[in-house]
Amino acid sequence: MGEVISVQEELLERNRLLAAKVNYDLTSRGVFAVNVMGAPGVGKTTVLLNLIPLLDKPSFVIEGDIQSDIDTRKMRAAGIPATQINTDGACHLDSPQIAGAIPADLAGFLFIENIGNLVCPAEFMIGEHIKLLIVTPVEGADKPYKYPLAFEKADVIVVNKLDLLPHVDFDWDYFADGVGKLNQRVPLFKVSGRTGEGFEAVAQWLTEKARGVLS
Amino acid sequence: MHEYPITQAIVETAERHARRHRAARVTAINLVIGDHSGYLADAIELYFDIVAKGSLAETARLNIERVRPMLRCAVCGGLFRRRPFEFSCPEPGCGGEGAPTDIGREFLVKSIEIETD
Repeated sequence: MGEVISVQEELLERNRLLAAKVNYDLTSRGVFAVNVMGAPGVGKTTVLLNLIPLLDKPSFVIEGDIQSDIDTRKMRAAGIPATQINTDGACHLDSPQIAGAIPADLAGFLFIENIGNLVCPAEFMIGEHIKLLIVTPVEGADKPYKYPLAFEKADVIVVNKLDLLPHVDFDWDYFADGVGKLNQRVPLFKVSGRTGEGFEAVAQWLTEKARGVLS
Repeated sequence: MHEYPITQAIVETAERHARRHRAARVTAINLVIGDHSGYLADAIELYFDIVAKGSLAETARLNIERVRPMLRCAVCGGLFRRRPFEFSCPEPGCGGEGAPTDIGREFLVKSIEIETD
């Protein structure tokens, strides 16, 4: 056997430290950052397009996708400043990417629309103050049981596509029970990105939550 | 898929320490990976040979020590392993609930084994 060299390097510490640094930087600038997570197609972009106009502070959006700038273009068409990060394969955004994408003149809210993925984004802090999870009745009521970490880590859960509820099988009690076992105090909001209903309550909650940070 | 960058970080770390000690090669890398670190040990082993090719760690053996996540009880302070869908403390008569700790979230390059020719 060769010589043993002690290394003792915690590889995740680098990422965690950078996330903490990004968060500290945002807080000291009076910016409240929201990490928006959810499976592909749940309506992350649509929820933001409905929510942002209801907030009384400006918002900036960092769009994360494996490829394309479709979401950034939607934001800009709606008059919301946004920038696109393409990971070209990585399944979640990370702190270095966020640190590099934050504009110098930021104020108000920073929304980070993470890669559409119910698995990986939950595992990583990227400088946000809260994690906002979006789910829909179309995906089924068993998601908390199958993807526990996403539901554990969420600070708020928005159930979108409420208008489709009559057309799918969704056992709300089964869903809420699953969430409750993992995350006892998380607020659940019901919205429809299509009709616009339900977003006032989310905007109010978010504004209240951001009160300690926003300048 | 996200095991690729961290496997690169493992190889980079091993090489850096190996060079410091003027090693000819790295024969083993000893890792400690928590089940809740966000990375799968199997996937790292899968990527390792690809990522390590051409480096000083090309022929290194990966030794992975696994760490199971532990919760700490808010009432009695005891550490325990969580059972599915509950946070309750297993200590008889305690009745407390556990909170996640850093135990199980490690991703440590503990040590490397080198050969100098």
